[in-house]
Amino acid sequence: METFLTILLDGLQFSSYLFIVSAGLTIIFGVMKILNVCHGSFYAWGAYTAAFFIGKFSDMGLPDALGFLIIIAAAIVVGVVLGLIIEQGILKHMYHRDEVLIVLATFGLFLVLEDIILIAFGTDPYFAYQPMALLESVEMGGVIRDVYGLTLIGVATFVAVGCWLLLNKTKWGVILKAVIFDREMGISMGINVPFVYTLTFIGGAILGGLGGAYIAPTISVAPGLGTEVIVLSFAVVVVGGMGSIAGAAIGSLIIGLLRALAVHELPQVELFVVFAVMAIVLVFRPEGLFAPAKPRKI
Amino acid sequence: MTKSIIAGAVGLAAISAITFGAGVAQAKDSITIAVPSFLTGGAAGPFGIPAMNGAKMVADAINKGALPAPYNTKGFGGAVASIIELDEGGGGTKQVAEYRNLVEKRNVDAVVGYISSGNCQALAPVVEELKQFTIFATCGTPRIFEEAPRKYLFRTMGHATADNVAAAMYVKEKFPNLSSYTGINQNYAWGQDSWRDFDLTMKQIMPGATASDKFQFPKVFVGQYGSEISALSLDKAELVHSSFWGGDLESFIFQSSARGLFKNKIGVMTVGGTAAYRLGKKLPNGLIIGARGPYGILVKDRDTPLNKWFIETYKNIYGIYPSGPAYQYGQAILAAKIAYDKAGSDATDEQLADALRGITFESFSTTIEMSLGGGHQAVTENGYGVTKYDDENGENVVTDVKFYPGSCVMPPEGVESVQWINGGMKGAKC
Repeated sequence: METFLTILLDGLQFSSYLFIVSAGLTIIFGVMKILNVCHGSFYAWGAYTAAFFIGKFSDMGLPDALGFLIIIAAAIVVGVVLGLIIEQGILKHMYHRDEVLIVLATFGLFLVLEDIILIAFGTDPYFAYQPMALLESVEMGGVIRDVYGLTLIGVATFVAVGCWLLLNKTKWGVILKAVIFDREMGISMGINVPFVYTLTFIGGAILGGLGGAYIAPTISVAPGLGTEVIVLSFAVVVVGGMGSIAGAAIGSLIIGLLRALAVHELPQVELFVVFAVMAIVLVFRPEGLFAPAKPRKI
Repeated sequence: MTKSIIAGAVGLAAISAITFGAGVAQAKDSITIAVPSFLTGGAAGPFGIPAMNGAKMVADAINKGALPAPYNTKGFGGAVASIIELDEGGGGTKQVAEYRNLVEKRNVDAVVGYISSGNCQALAPVVEELKQFTIFATCGTPRIFEEAPRKYLFRTMGHATADNVAAAMYVKEKFPNLSSYTGINQNYAWGQDSWRDFDLTMKQIMPGATASDKFQFPKVFVGQYGSEISALSLDKAELVHSSFWGGDLESFIFQSSARGLFKNKIGVMTVGGTAAYRLGKKLPNGLIIGARGPYGILVKDRDTPLNKWFIETYKNIYGIYPSGPAYQYGQAILAAKIAYDKAGSDATDEQLADALRGITFESFSTTIEMSLGGGHQAVTENGYGVTKYDDENGENVVTDVKFYPGSCVMPPEGVESVQWINGGMKGAKC
């Protein structure tokens, strides 16, 4: 029972992390049909910005609790600034181009943004442990757990519920679904599609930044941070179905729980399990478990 | 007749010029040494940058003749060395291509560096193919000189076997009643070799201690260890062995500290020394740490002129005490100077290799004997200590430091590490 509870909590915690970073990726793909490789850069920039300011504020003797505000602010600032610059400055001019070209452009942007991180923050890692230290630890199922890690589950739930409410209970959700369903039809109905694209890209970038900013206190924030996360995010999105928020949630849960199970019961296959799940889904359901239905145009 | 004499004289002069011109090369005023190290990625801050700083500092001092005796002569065989800094990131394939480029197009005189065992493993046959004098500074896999004889390639520090045999010996001395142990190591050559050597040594010297079957091998540079820390916490094993390094090491320490892992378990970190100065109070007390030899925090109090010079100069330039990688790169550059001083700045790669092969020299913190792998692999002492935060000075220190001679923790010439450990470490002189 002890082990079961631990696996469940570990799995949920890792799933939450996966969901936060992959939700932005899948939203951007769902609405804009862009496979955004530079999503990893939003994550890295979120982590760096949060770690930098948490460290600075701590050095200035300000309360550690401010770290939580910095995390939210870092995600928003990174998402708005980078999202706006990239969407308006580059992607906007490529929407009529082939999707593969856009993927290559985002890959190029990813490399550029990684280098800018090196120029801006240097090669030394940043530490921003203060928010994690503030929340201390609790014992659950015979294992000491840091409360900060557990709050990740709450943040992911908040993001998931927020996305669901936005899509299903607001006028914005109707507009987004219309654009997802048929872009041309949306335009003919008077929807300002370029504006929807810009907001969607910024929203996705904020989620990517939030993932990095929230994880920053638990890691050594170092160059190359975004590379690992983009691989995992792709795995989640492929399993869940490209463009589906529910798919990203289920994909995260499947991968997170299976990975936790592997770590506890058969650590030798931990590395393999994430990609095995992806391969199996691709074989039997290439469009992913929850890919949105595609309309057939006549 | 006169014409014949003139013709003869001219002919003789021409022959002499050709003969002597080919036979006597000019001593060089300058040489170029390529120094690859991790300048980007998670390994850069804790490992690659200190390593590069150590190399640059020592090369600069050699150029100025500013090293303490007996190395206070100017230059590398009199030549001033310019350093080409290279990023080691990108994996083995990229590094092989970069190495070929350095040798074939940029015509460097020597290559000194490399941290990753994966890169070293990929490069070793290429070094021999291109016949380029090369010194591996830090990478740890024992396989480099055990799998094939090398002529142009050297490594000036001990390999991973020494780190893990010494760790097991230290554990035996400190915790003779230990009943079980487990490990968390990165899932590639370095992590797997490290765990294998530690586990095999424990089986030999502490047969009463059993290894857990839930030892962890997370992907390298993954940075998230929540599930692994839970699994290690639930594991009944009393001790956790880890060869984590770079950003992975620091992330693991953050996450495991927050979850009190090392309040209940003994932690043995073979590369923990690289985090000691950087993490300050965030490094838990009571961790057993190594520095992959007698380097960094383990030798901070070693009072020799060379070590004092190294520590003081590094601290003055970079504002922090030198960690293991700084020492390891520094001593590899020093080895290049010794080879050039002996063979001359105009020496061929063969002559440089002959000059370094099998020698014993004093480095900044220890004596290096190039006695394994046909005189190409260094043997040095290896040690461990226990972390403690010194509140008075606001820095980490190590207590209970113990060093084991190289002949105690490394196999004798001609014997492979695994065979040696499995055979009961015969010939070990402890």
